[in-house]
Amino acid sequence: MVIDCKHIWNFISDYIDGTLTEEARVDVQKHLEHCEICSAILDSTRNVIILTADDRVFELPVGFSERLHARIDLELEEYRGDGVKQSP
Amino acid sequence: MIAAILGGETQVFHDLIRPHEPSVYLMALSYMKNEADAEDVAQEAFVRSFRNLASFRAESKFSTWLISITLNEARTRLRRKMLVRMDSLDTPPDEDQHVSPALLRDWREIPSEVVERGEIRKLLQDAIACLPDIYRQVFLLRDVEEMNINETAAALNISVPSVKVRLHRARMMLQKQLAPQLKAATQQSRRRWFPWS
Repeated sequence: MVIDCKHIWNFISDYIDGTLTEEARVDVQKHLEHCEICSAILDSTRNVIILTADDRVFELPVGFSERLHARIDLELEEYRGDGVKQSP
Repeated sequence: MIAAILGGETQVFHDLIRPHEPSVYLMALSYMKNEADAEDVAQEAFVRSFRNLASFRAESKFSTWLISITLNEARTRLRRKMLVRMDSLDTPPDEDQHVSPALLRDWREIPSEVVERGEIRKLLQDAIACLPDIYRQVFLLRDVEEMNINETAAALNISVPSVKVRLHRARMMLQKQLAPQLKAATQQSRRRWFPWS
């Protein structure tokens, strides 16, 4: 089966996730072996996913955890001081 | 841990939520689009999760449940503030819309070290921020927070096929925007470092 490039692009995401059927995976693989453009699309998409997932891209604001846990402490104090509350 | 908290050891709640701080903040930021509001939403979501911990059901994952609470809190705030029309949050854009990737003849892998550079982080953050809401949420949960497809579907209350379609579109949109930008930015820096090349 011959698949054109535009058709292959629809499978790129599932190919990366390994969720294609075996038949589709083999077809995509064969296409990629001789298509420079689709191979570059696959490689660059993978690369973009790896870079965006890097922990350094999205960091918590300075002091976020301290402020959060201070707020939680207030909530816990209120909870402990309030015998009427049903939950947690 | 949850049983201990419900049993009265409430201080354990601090340890329970610590690993989830980045994902909750990131999802809040993806809705609120500014750090101060995102932090407020994240704090409120954690407080609500404590207050409602007794209603948590063990068949779902705590992280998924927490993300649902965060998204509900963010939606409620946005409705209250009327910052955006709600259909931009809840109505999907045209699901049949086709996204074409950027066509590049070759791709030289860009190593993770480039993320140390502020302008590269900005490129990545801006590209994700520019995604339509429904695509950004799926992308952040799947590819940044590394939830699986079922967890993502549960957290966003959408179907598994919708997660797959939206993830595919998000990835293609990011490739289209970022691949040429990253290539140019890393080539420029190579030239800067090695002026003779």
